[in-house]
Amino acid sequence: MSEQLVPTPGQTIGPFYGFALPYAGGENLVDRTHPNAVRLHGTVYDGHGDPVPDSMLEIWQADAEGNVSQEPGSLIRDGYTFTGFGRVAVDNVGHYDFTTVNPGASEPGKAPFIAMTVFARGLLNRLFTRIYLPEDTQALANDPVLSALPEDRRSTLIAAREADGSLRFDIRLQGDGETVFLSYPNHRADS
Amino acid sequence: MAEPVVSSDAAANSQAEISADMREISRQYAESGVVETQPRIDYAPYRSSILRHPTKDLHHADPETIELWAPAFGQRDVHALEADLTIQGGGEPIGERMTVKGRVLDGNGRPVRNQLVEIWQANAAGRYIHKRDQHPAPIDPNFTGVGRCLTGDDGSYSFTTIKPGPYPWKNHHNAWRPAHIHFSLFGTDFTQRMITQMYFPGDPLFDLDPIYQAIVDPKARERLVATYDHDTSEHEWSLGYTWDIVLTGAHRTPTEEDSDV
Ligand SMILES: [Fe+2]
Repeated sequence: MSEQLVPTPGQTIGPFYGFALPYAGGENLVDRTHPNAVRLHGTVYDGHGDPVPDSMLEIWQADAEGNVSQEPGSLIRDGYTFTGFGRVAVDNVGHYDFTTVNPGASEPGKAPFIAMTVFARGLLNRLFTRIYLPEDTQALANDPVLSALPEDRRSTLIAAREADGSLRFDIRLQGDGETVFLSYPNHRADS
Repeated sequence: MAEPVVSSDAAANSQAEISADMREISRQYAESGVVETQPRIDYAPYRSSILRHPTKDLHHADPETIELWAPAFGQRDVHALEADLTIQGGGEPIGERMTVKGRVLDGNGRPVRNQLVEIWQANAAGRYIHKRDQHPAPIDPNFTGVGRCLTGDDGSYSFTTIKPGPYPWKNHHNAWRPAHIHFSLFGTDFTQRMITQMYFPGDPLFDLDPIYQAIVDPKARERLVATYDHDTSEHEWSLGYTWDIVLTGAHRTPTEEDSDV
């Protein structure tokens, strides 16, 4: 339709975002007392397998019924409205915690997943990935992104369900078990 | 991994060594004939990138439902006064008062309407309000360096602030960042999410800075440099800069509803 513009380059989030971007309640998409509250947690690792203590993560997901929220209020939550967006800075040992719900499939037969964006000091541009729920093995097998990956890489996108119902999802920026990061059709070859 | 073991904060190299590495990468890029528009994520002169960049190619994904939408932000989230970083303390912050304004567009040239823009920056002395910033420059009690706004119907944004100072960092010996303002942006779908830095025209530190130079294409990195705009300057009050931001293309054609949330 209209002119194609060249996107502005990204840059690293740097070390000093902590006083600016994270906000109170950013990690709680629902309250911990919500009957379907699920803990989503993990650790960000570098190429040596050491935790990355200065990373910020964002998630964006459908609600338990698979509906996409377009409600405002992610930055100042009212405690009732599901806005689908969360942001958290990892702690000093690279660990993060979100409190959310299991997303429903947004289309019938599709494997439900949470979209995630990764930022860090030392990371020159943001990275996108997906956190798939582990349960619907048939839907996972049919998923076009997962089925195009070799088995050892596919598993990096599937969260582990822990005994207490928590989802565990570690992010490995580099090296053994490197997380699969995604590009989308409207990204340039180098973005 | 075959990567050399380099502590990210070792400050072991001189500026001359870092500059020589950057020049060599630029030379190879110029010879390649390829056009790049984004930063390299594997850019060794920026030491802390060495162990923090994926070594495997990004995997192509066709966006699915959730990725075709972005979170909605509204008046509930952002107060209009948050766009003025000079009124957050009990008095006037010290430094050059300035305005930066522009538009947020998607890759098709469409304005990104009613969407969140966040900025953060050092004060006029090059110091952040951050507990890990150890630069021995003064903190300004009247300046936090944090601002937010929502774009208008034409994608426009505007911040009033203080011009940030350059500051030292530990990438190598005597390393200084060019003055910059960090920008965080959302589009109409989640695949457009980005964080970047805006620079000021004519900064003598550009050639020395491995974060800026990680965008190896000279035209591409100039897209991060604001333009001094005398019409944006205000008589006996502040200096003005303009800077437009282009996100990657939206995968879903935004509708009128996108502006109603
Ligand atoms: Fe900075």
